[in-house]
Amino acid sequence: MLWLMAMARVNDKPTEVVRHLLSTGLENPVSLCALTSAELDLTLRVARRASVMGYLAHRLRESGRLNELPQAAIDQLDSAAVDAHARSRVVSWEENRIDWALGDVENYPVVLLKGAAYLALELPNAPGRLLSDLDLLVPENKLRDAEERLDSRGWQFGELTPYDDRYYRLWSHELPPLRHVERETEVDLHHTILQPTSRLSPPATLLFEDARPVPGIRFYVLSPIDMVLHAMTHLFFDGEIADSLRDLLDIDIMLRHFAEREEAFWERIWPRAEELDLTRPTFYGLRYSNRLLGTPVPDYVLRKSYAGAPPAPVRRFMDFLVPKALFPQHPDKPGRWSSLARFLLYIRSHWIRMPPLLLARHLSVKFYVRHLKGRVSRLRPERKSATAGP
Amino acid sequence: VRLRVGDLSRNEFRSHLERAGIGVVIGPFPVKIQARVKGLADPLQHLYRDFPVLDLDRVFAMHLLLEERRRSLGLSRRLVRFSVDGIVPHEDLPAEQALAVLEWGINLVIAFRFHSFLMLHSAVVERHGKALLLPAWPGHGKTTLCTALVHRGWRLLSDEFGLLRQGTTQLVPIPRPMPLKNESIGIIRKFAPEAELGPEIPNTRKGTVAHVRPPSASVIGADEYASPGWIVFPRWVKDAPLILEEAGGAETFMMLATNAFNYEMLGEDAYKSVRDLVDAATSFRMVYSDLDEALSAIDALADGDGAGERQAN
Repeated sequence: MLWLMAMARVNDKPTEVVRHLLSTGLENPVSLCALTSAELDLTLRVARRASVMGYLAHRLRESGRLNELPQAAIDQLDSAAVDAHARSRVVSWEENRIDWALGDVENYPVVLLKGAAYLALELPNAPGRLLSDLDLLVPENKLRDAEERLDSRGWQFGELTPYDDRYYRLWSHELPPLRHVERETEVDLHHTILQPTSRLSPPATLLFEDARPVPGIRFYVLSPIDMVLHAMTHLFFDGEIADSLRDLLDIDIMLRHFAEREEAFWERIWPRAEELDLTRPTFYGLRYSNRLLGTPVPDYVLRKSYAGAPPAPVRRFMDFLVPKALFPQHPDKPGRWSSLARFLLYIRSHWIRMPPLLLARHLSVKFYVRHLKGRVSRLRPERKSATAGP
Repeated sequence: VRLRVGDLSRNEFRSHLERAGIGVVIGPFPVKIQARVKGLADPLQHLYRDFPVLDLDRVFAMHLLLEERRRSLGLSRRLVRFSVDGIVPHEDLPAEQALAVLEWGINLVIAFRFHSFLMLHSAVVERHGKALLLPAWPGHGKTTLCTALVHRGWRLLSDEFGLLRQGTTQLVPIPRPMPLKNESIGIIRKFAPEAELGPEIPNTRKGTVAHVRPPSASVIGADEYASPGWIVFPRWVKDAPLILEEAGGAETFMMLATNAFNYEMLGEDAYKSVRDLVDAATSFRMVYSDLDEALSAIDALADGDGAGERQAN
């Protein structure tokens, strides 16, 4: 194993260059102005892949130095900012419509998750972020009520096979995506933040207890700490990690932002992670945010977080895999090691979401449907990520 | 003096294209093209003859790559894969269509990537410093009419994109090869025998396609923007007598806005741009069956009649 990791280090120069350019660019966007043309060109190409172009555009505009870049760079950055702004407008309007559709439900909180929450709170990671759908959290026993209210006002489930429908209802933490018949915006209704079949089971009631209303609108958001823990959990326990640098950037920015504003933020984060049964993803979140994006996490918090670390060999292996998968590949020289890292983390993402037998069953049904019945089915609702277009 | 694609020898061009790639200026966009597809280099060099060549040490608007692939099973049919910055946006297509795949690919990338412009779906040509926009739905003869005009003294800005930078109504030129489809190929060969066409590519998703080389003066003058003059919505109808009638502002606005590539995304800015554009131009609906007739009518507009009418109002 160690031999393999050493080999990879020698052979993956382009990936290293990409990582260096992106992490410096994200930590200090103004540094883009000092790059050579070739470096800037590569930085923008990989920034697009990592969905951080809008963020860079926002920060460069803010600093007043965007105009120092060549026109071809300004055009791409401006475009990303326009795109992000348009999507946030769509999501805000969808929120407005959901507010209307839910009518007078006063007896349970509806919590905005992820991008919609960042936007509602105007967090510094919101501008330039490419939102694609709207994630809402409601108490489990109110899920049907919320679903019915939306269903009667124009949101519908897409076409699902009976298996997919069953999969969602029995084993997932969200309903199949609801889509408005005219606007086509996707709404995901969740009742907790991780799949019930997952290795971890954070009690959703605790999340609701700490949720806070957003001034001026009917929606709630998670408490700052829970919001960060959710982002960490989403990245390290609910997905494949590959190409999710944008998610790590959210974690980095929120940690910096809340640490300055929330009382005793660092003192409270680890105990809360323990309380919510989210120590493993929190360990990873703090570790990689600190190592890859330079987030200033106090030493004592990092030390404490080792209580959530996996055994040393696994930890070392993750240290090897995560950066390779998280950062985009060099567009002209995709590294074989990065592809391998992505594949292994893909396997892991399923492994931690379901117990082995259920996983075997799920994957074999999927394999049958996809390859033997000769039609593509939806394993998970594909997110229309910002990188989907060219 | 700028180095242009046609200044390179055939071998130089091919070797650039196949190895590190060739940088060309396409309107406001510096584009890098790498292509390793048999039979593509020569027609490409011909169609892009007048385009300025760029060195590779710069920020490009897009890095394009065309590569031949072989289908793993069955008959070994040659396919071409289009990728942009390492991403493959659509399935592989027959290798004989490489030129069309590249041209459509460039359209696709522009439409997805450059919301710093309002992108109207329209041909744009210019005369006497004034732009004529020809917005139309596919099949209404936009490209044919545009090709005919640019072989009768009009300057080509684009046969596809009406580009406007935010906050201005100046049209930004992006002259490129113009793809004629099916019967239009014969019509243009007859109408303008001097037009230089690339190879006819049969069986594409739009039928047979042949690209017309954009006139040299249009490519060389691609830095000159044009103010809006006229907006004409053309519609080709077999055997119909020519009709050219003024169109109302509201109608013109709606047609331009609903047919644009990114009107909704730009929101209020797009609204203002289209409003100002419609205010600055005179708008017409045109039904035609005969190219000569259509061109005479359009020339008459440009030579004062139409514009004069408007000013009198």
